[in-house]
Amino acid sequence: MTSNAYLVLAAILFTIGGAGVLLRRNAIVAFLSVELMLNASNLAFITAAHQWGTLTGQVVAFFVMVVAAAEVVVGLAIIVTVFRTRRSASVDESSLLRW
Amino acid sequence: MNVTQLFLPGAHAAAATSSTTGGTGNEVIFWICAVIAVAGALGLVLSRRAVHSALWIAMTMISLAVLYVAQQGIFVGIVQVVVYTGAIMMLFLFVLMIVGVDASDSLVETIKGQRWIAIVGSLGLGGLLVFGVADAFVQPPVGLTAANAAHGSNPRGIAIELFSNWVLVFEVTSALLITSAVGAMVLAHRERIFPKLSQRLQSQARVQSGRANQLPVPGVYARHNAVDTPAIRPDGTLAPSSVPAALQARGISRGLDTGDIDEVASGMAGAPSVVARGTGIESTSELTDATDGNDGEVQS
Repeated sequence: MTSNAYLVLAAILFTIGGAGVLLRRNAIVAFLSVELMLNASNLAFITAAHQWGTLTGQVVAFFVMVVAAAEVVVGLAIIVTVFRTRRSASVDESSLLRW
Repeated sequence: MNVTQLFLPGAHAAAATSSTTGGTGNEVIFWICAVIAVAGALGLVLSRRAVHSALWIAMTMISLAVLYVAQQGIFVGIVQVVVYTGAIMMLFLFVLMIVGVDASDSLVETIKGQRWIAIVGSLGLGGLLVFGVADAFVQPPVGLTAANAAHGSNPRGIAIELFSNWVLVFEVTSALLITSAVGAMVLAHRERIFPKLSQRLQSQARVQSGRANQLPVPGVYARHNAVDTPAIRPDGTLAPSSVPAALQARGISRGLDTGDIDEVASGMAGAPSVVARGTGIESTSELTDATDGNDGEVQS
């Protein structure tokens, strides 16, 4: 079994995550879709590490996880703040900067 | 390749001789976990409620962790379970509870035709990605057995890689984490507009509200005994405040079923009915409590 099947799985998950970002209005679900995209890229990194026999891909995947954790903290704080002022978690509600 | 071979340095002689590049076992694991992961991802996008989405993606993340371990990334697989599924998803669930579980998506399109454009665009992106990577690797994978064995085990190998080649990135990561923690505190901080409610203030507000005692308990009747039934005051009116506000908001508070009561009362020979007793008293407005004295309807 070559590693191509893992890459195809990563591509499918990435696509579904992107579709979730575009389709869902709830900010938290859109954010979860971004997490799915990050996970798919992590799978591609680890597949590459396994393919070439070096640990670099796994280290990069580790860094992706760290950055994802930081992003989740700030993003969720923003969502909570927006919810407090507008009483809504929908991405359509925050449209004050729209021309 | 099992877990003990990855963790124990002594077991690597055996691990090196065994097949590292898969075989049927790896293939079975892949197909099971791939189906679960794709199903979880679809559930994330398609489920109506945000909590269901969060649980679906937790399923996807756990199956991805299995795939990491199957590809000899035992450290990353465990970090995936502990950090991603454990910490980050719990953070998501906390925020979901703050924002409200019932917050569902509006189906109104603010941009006309955005849904179809998004679906077509996603299918196009997926097609490009899948056909782009479908034949990316032409040779069988090298496997990480040698790389893991070079420093004893997989976590040790990652640690040595992390603190030698990637040490600068590691330090920058610490700055990123501190910045995001401070940013989250600044964003989530709320200025206190009203003074903090102390016990003295609470008791004063309670006395000033006009009702210092506790709310009346729900009605207990011969045939019906539940919290959705209002109590009857001595003058025969209902006490709506005896029903919990949550039940009233949902509109499932029962009225007074006079037929029921009269039926029971007539069964008791000679006993006056509750309602008949209530109509005789007119000047009992001081008996009704201050908060709901007006909205209790008089049963005649």
